[in-house]
Amino acid sequence: MAEVFKKEGYVDPRPPVLGPGHNFRSISEKIGDIVLMRGFQKGWVFGFAIVFLGALMLFNTIGYLVLKGVGIWGNSIPVAWAFDIINFVWWIGIGHAGTLISAILLLLRQSWRNSINRFAEAMTLFAVACAGLFPALHTGRPWVDYWLFPYPNTMGMWPNFRSPLMWDVFAVSTYATVSLLFWFMGLIPDFAGLRDSAKNKVQRSIYGLLAMGWRGDARHWQRYETAYLLLAGLSTPLVLSVHTIVSYDFSVGIIPGWHATIFPPYFVAGAIYAGFAMVLTLAIPVRKFYHLEDFITIRHIRNMCKVMLATGLIVGYGYLMELFMSWYSANTYEMFMMKNRIFGPYGYMYWLLILCNVLVPQLLWIKKFRDKLGVVFLVSMFINVGMWLERFVIIVMSLNRDFLPASWRMYKPTVFDFTMFFGTIGFFLTCMFLFIRFVPMIPIFEMKTLLPESKVDEHKVEEHISGTSVGANPLPQFGD
Amino acid sequence: MPQLFHRSTNTLARLSIVLGILLAGGVLLILLQANRTPYVTQAFVPREQPVQFSHKHHVGDDGIDCRYCHTSVESTATAGMPATKTCMNCHSQLFSNSQYLEIVRESWRSGQPIKWTKVHDLPDFVYFNHSIHVNKGVGCSSCHGRVDLMPLMWNVNTLQMEWCLECHRNPEKFIRPKSKITEMEWPPSDKDKDSKDYPNGWNQAVDGPRLVKEYNVQPVTVLTSCSTCHR
Repeated sequence: MAEVFKKEGYVDPRPPVLGPGHNFRSISEKIGDIVLMRGFQKGWVFGFAIVFLGALMLFNTIGYLVLKGVGIWGNSIPVAWAFDIINFVWWIGIGHAGTLISAILLLLRQSWRNSINRFAEAMTLFAVACAGLFPALHTGRPWVDYWLFPYPNTMGMWPNFRSPLMWDVFAVSTYATVSLLFWFMGLIPDFAGLRDSAKNKVQRSIYGLLAMGWRGDARHWQRYETAYLLLAGLSTPLVLSVHTIVSYDFSVGIIPGWHATIFPPYFVAGAIYAGFAMVLTLAIPVRKFYHLEDFITIRHIRNMCKVMLATGLIVGYGYLMELFMSWYSANTYEMFMMKNRIFGPYGYMYWLLILCNVLVPQLLWIKKFRDKLGVVFLVSMFINVGMWLERFVIIVMSLNRDFLPASWRMYKPTVFDFTMFFGTIGFFLTCMFLFIRFVPMIPIFEMKTLLPESKVDEHKVEEHISGTSVGANPLPQFGD
Repeated sequence: MPQLFHRSTNTLARLSIVLGILLAGGVLLILLQANRTPYVTQAFVPREQPVQFSHKHHVGDDGIDCRYCHTSVESTATAGMPATKTCMNCHSQLFSNSQYLEIVRESWRSGQPIKWTKVHDLPDFVYFNHSIHVNKGVGCSSCHGRVDLMPLMWNVNTLQMEWCLECHRNPEKFIRPKSKITEMEWPPSDKDKDSKDYPNGWNQAVDGPRLVKEYNVQPVTVLTSCSTCHR
């Protein structure tokens, strides 16, 4: 970006990342007022009521589950893993877009990340919370889940470090911690801004506490930038590692259809694919309801579509490779698994998956469709469904017909599988609603750096320091 | 605009970082250690029994061998509780009118066994076998303590898994000659020069590993395998 500005007379043909006509004040007000001024609006309350019902459904299901045990789910030998693990992988995958946007795109200095990063990070956090529920509950005795942590217990034992469940515990808890820190740290300057413009004492105190004494001091900014970069560096490997480890849950097993070396990259690409689809699914309506067209511009939508297209192709390649490998392995069971996957009793799921994840997203090659919000929204919905189907195909279809025909059995989910799954969606959306209402969903201070006024003219700074300049300080000030 | 928070908030905020870690760590430590206290494990808590049977008297004063009553300890999983008949071997003659022993005589007349309270009660998911321990040189007092000093029976150990593993991981630190299995005082306080098992006096560091080899004690990988105790 910086080079682009330097060239005299160069006009960027792409739509802007920030709508025209904004200044420091208008950005603060437009975003900050959603939190501070508008209060509880009818639309918000109505939406919140609906999604909160979903969350309640989840809590009730969990309560019943703890009372009765995992037998209320449809899981049964040989399909010991079903909705629980499908949903876990689905949710954890969705979280990946947030980390990718906030960490990798930051390191790559992609300025278009600035308006969607907070939103995506919040999505990551809530998705990880939903994801974590499933492995925690699928153990059957969630009250002793703490056994999974290495602590000096009276059994005199470490947990089994060779177990993928153990790796999940570390991968997911690290991921959740780093994501939370990253999200919270990015919020501190904005909390300070909200503290300063809050109208009543309660708001001021709460946002004041959260701002942790932020004054916008040059030292603060310098440390903030350093810490933010460091955290970005920490999160970057997590984008790759977390889903790699999730894929190990399967690939260390010897079940046909799980035991493939392509799993880690294939899963990571799928995760980013699913994540961007979810960001778009959420961003498109929010952008419309809160009139944020100036901040989430058509440029953002286009870029996200391109990321989806690219990762979608990698996922498609993964499907092809799975086909190839089952043939190339010359292994009866691998080949049977693939035949069963495509033409077996659950074959329609596989074809639906191909439709959702491979065929429909190809629409995004066409520029006209990338600019049509309705189409983009629909495509992302297809991808959301498709990614869920992918996990169903991998998990259930590999298990329900394994080595011994005598043990084959069809899997049928129960009503509680569905209330649990849709319940987590309700819970996730409940968190998103609260987030939108109480936290600025777009980083105010980062949007300000996109303003032309923020571009520091180094020549002028030198003049200012040496005392030869007349006029205002060219350095951008916070809270202006 | 006045200051939102007092100046001391800065110090409190900084302190909270250290205090938070200390508090969380402290609570965790207390919880973990609480799990090992006699309140939870019942170690060192004497249990009431239907008859006030004193091991101190029978073992310590009279010098009766453990195996006189716990007859199956060398050949089966359980050490075996003595039948009332075993008591009556002596008590038909000794203290035959004592009020304390009325329950024993009643049991003898009716044929109903005495309902003793189990003191060393392992969880049901643990497979424990006395005979293998006794035959591989693990003495009674290694687990049950100085029974010859206990008027009423109590645990001297937690019976928690970490306690089992202490020995299963290092059997050479606890093993003793099979001839000394029922010896209450172990390791011997006066260097017992006479024993043919250790003519130069007992030295655990030297004799332990020697006995482990001699008795063919399974390697630690087997001793600490899950299915050795959980079958």
